[in-house]
Amino acid sequence: MSINTSAKISQPFQANTEPMLEETSNKATTKSSDNKSDITIGENIIENPKFSTRNVDVFYDDKQAIFNASLDIGRNEVIALIGPSGCGKSTFLRTLNRMNDTIPSCRISGEITLDGENIYDKKMDPVLLRARVGMVFQKANPFPKSIYDNVAYGPRLHGLARTNSELDEIVITSLEKAGLFNEVKDRLTAPGTGLSGGQQQRLCIARTISVSPEVILMDEPASALDPIATAIIEELIDELRVNFTIAIVTHSMQQAARVSQRTAYFHMGKIIEVGNTSQIFTNPRHQLTENYITGKFG
Amino acid sequence: MNTESPLSGHISKRFDSELEDIRNKVLTMGGLVETQVNNGILALMESDSVIAQKVATEDYKINAMEVEIDEQCVEILARRQPAASDLRLVVTIIKTITDLERIGDQAEKLGRFELELIDEGSTSTQYAKLEHLGNLVSKMLHNALNAFARLDGNVALKTIKKDKKVNDEFESLMRQLITLMMEDPRSIKNALRVSWCARALERVGDHAINICEYVLFLKHGKDVRHIDYKEVKKQLSK
Repeated sequence: MSINTSAKISQPFQANTEPMLEETSNKATTKSSDNKSDITIGENIIENPKFSTRNVDVFYDDKQAIFNASLDIGRNEVIALIGPSGCGKSTFLRTLNRMNDTIPSCRISGEITLDGENIYDKKMDPVLLRARVGMVFQKANPFPKSIYDNVAYGPRLHGLARTNSELDEIVITSLEKAGLFNEVKDRLTAPGTGLSGGQQQRLCIARTISVSPEVILMDEPASALDPIATAIIEELIDELRVNFTIAIVTHSMQQAARVSQRTAYFHMGKIIEVGNTSQIFTNPRHQLTENYITGKFG
Repeated sequence: MNTESPLSGHISKRFDSELEDIRNKVLTMGGLVETQVNNGILALMESDSVIAQKVATEDYKINAMEVEIDEQCVEILARRQPAASDLRLVVTIIKTITDLERIGDQAEKLGRFELELIDEGSTSTQYAKLEHLGNLVSKMLHNALNAFARLDGNVALKTIKKDKKVNDEFESLMRQLITLMMEDPRSIKNALRVSWCARALERVGDHAINICEYVLFLKHGKDVRHIDYKEVKKQLSK
């Protein structure tokens, strides 16, 4: 456009004038929306992972819940598993410490290794596995026992303490790590069920870490909590990362963005995209991820 | 439903319309800015004190729009916590309007210096021909706004490429003006004014390029600032 010197006042900018340039293909920007593809986009495979899953299929009877999932979980990282309800993220999480063994109709194929060891190997004791891979559930589920006994239960079961003072030590350290000790130190014999929701959830985290697991799985650990209790749990997750590997399933995308280093997006039983959390939340590569994160129809 | 557009398709229809509203305001602001720049150039070319006066005094409208759009963006950040392309859109808008406001300031300068030249009984054309530079940056601004309006990465890229032309033109004008000032020191006062006008136009071009870079960030999710044109192309083809 040149300056029109005959008109005294030039025309304002018009948004929808005729196209100035031919449209060329935008390979770099066209996001894949091929729903049928089994290929996960992004960095689902990493070097020296803590957990490694390859080509995992999970069935409930004839219904397939997970399709060909291959995902590595790194050491001392928090990985967030996000996706709409029924996308398989909880099922996937439960395969990691064989919680699905308790469901008779559940069938799993593929390979899942923890530090290179196949966790579905016949020699693997699921009880020991679950001591190595602890789990925290959506709803806090303390045993109907005292606060002390809730935390002492695991160490007693696995014989981790030789003396009572050693057990005391484990209980106190676990409660401290879970950020609960100061609130309950005067009432360790009170029932765990008498605590508030957020405290109960932290009690469950203390119970999980009392057996010194290597990995902690969290299935919506803060979805029933108020924002302050949620913030405390999230802060805790960040502190626990120093010693543990954490996989967290969450419906709150802000939570995933806040606590995790990597994020995996699940959609209809498939892992669609895996990447650094900041990349997933600023520039996802797959259209389905983009739609979910921005709150659009999938 | 167009999933490619970052503005539509949200489950929350109100969010769709909030984003659309902000985008429309940016386009309106862009229109105002473009008018100001074009009128500024026109005033210089024609030594028209009426237009120069108008340009020198109407900048407040642009400033008010910047404040208004900024407020709306902050509200969206607070209430919607946008992510992915929505986040890039809001960030792009916040940055774009800053550059638009600065372009407005440059346009205002054109009007002000022209008024001073007229007061001295002089015209810019006595010292240098700013018309070519004016045309160049006016077109760049127009294309930058178009790139934003249509999210057109190609237009953005082609506009970025124009930077060298503007710089060359600016350098050549500077040489002319310096020669003039050396030959006739009495001309320095006005020649400086004309050089400031040239500088203002050159700055408009720089801001237009910034806007194009934001458009590429919005569209591709890649930051292409502070790298040369070839490198930008390479980044985008990755």
